[in-house]
Amino acid sequence: MWNRRKEEEPIPKATPKPASVPPTVSQPVKEGIPMSTQPTRPLDTRPEPARGGVAILGKSVILKGQVYGREDVTIDGEVEGTVELQEHRLTVGPTGKVVATIKAREIVVLGTVQGNIETREKIEIRKDAKVVGDIRTARIVIEDGAFFKGSIDIIRAEAPKPAAVPAKPQPVAAAGSSSPAAAASAGDNKR
Amino acid sequence: MAILDFAGASQATVSFVTNYGHRLYSDDFVRQLDRVFGSAPAGANDTEFFENQTNPALVSDFFELALNFDDGSFDGALVWDSLQFLSSPLLQTVVAKLHRMLRPGANLMALFHTDERIENIPTYAYRIHDKRTIQMVSRSQRKPAQIFNNRNLEKLFQDFQSVKFFLTRDRLREVIVRR
Repeated sequence: MWNRRKEEEPIPKATPKPASVPPTVSQPVKEGIPMSTQPTRPLDTRPEPARGGVAILGKSVILKGQVYGREDVTIDGEVEGTVELQEHRLTVGPTGKVVATIKAREIVVLGTVQGNIETREKIEIRKDAKVVGDIRTARIVIEDGAFFKGSIDIIRAEAPKPAAVPAKPQPVAAAGSSSPAAAASAGDNKR
Repeated sequence: MAILDFAGASQATVSFVTNYGHRLYSDDFVRQLDRVFGSAPAGANDTEFFENQTNPALVSDFFELALNFDDGSFDGALVWDSLQFLSSPLLQTVVAKLHRMLRPGANLMALFHTDERIENIPTYAYRIHDKRTIQMVSRSQRKPAQIFNNRNLEKLFQDFQSVKFFLTRDRLREVIVRR
């Protein structure tokens, strides 16, 4: 109510210019053609960042070969080959039938999958889904009524290794030193 | 360790076994039996179900589908009550195959009904919740191929190193055999 957005602010009425102001030299009207005198930049070849969309292979789609993607994918049709969505989620819909080796961040199966599956995060095998193959995953969810035949390997997240602590430079006691610290140090080393 | 579970995949068992760091191989043995030899719910066409178990082509299909493992693949097998629905000689062939699939020192756990009077026995989906709790989810009633007593079971597992029997609730005899 109080935080009116800028777009809603009333457009100020054009105030008439004071008559005392001398007319300026008329500027040539510039055409609104977007041009740049800068040398053209080469095309950006970096991979396009994920936009969070979902690609859907519809019920009537039959695909044989390799599916590789940088966005989430839902398969409602049939896919045979390999599916690789390393950083994204694959959903095999209730009508989906996948005969493939699958690698994805996360997989949700409501239909049929035959092939080995590797997920970095999680696989969910929902009720009435059918999965035949070996699974490697960090987490697995199997609903009652799902059919699964195969092996399950849980990938344990490796504990972060402690950063290597640089060895403190040990004071080297000079031969014949009589300082108490050096004497204590020498004593410790003997234990 | 690699564990074979014939009860069909369940969240409870998967979590229990994998939380120990073991690898679980899961299959629904009874479902595969039905798939190959024909479904045999209580009282319905069970004669055909057991007759089909003597068909060499079907037996070959069954081994391909349910027991296609290399020798010495597992450190443990949870067979549950599935062996009761195998008629001879398929039963002996399956037990011999299980013997080969297990590594020396591996354990196999099986359950057998003890009540000789009942014609059809209840079947369950078994789920391990924790060290003390196995949940038995009722599936259906089925006619067993035979009712086993201790002597039958000792003979059945004669190739194994040791056989131990435990009487449990629900008229079940738990058998643990060591390869």
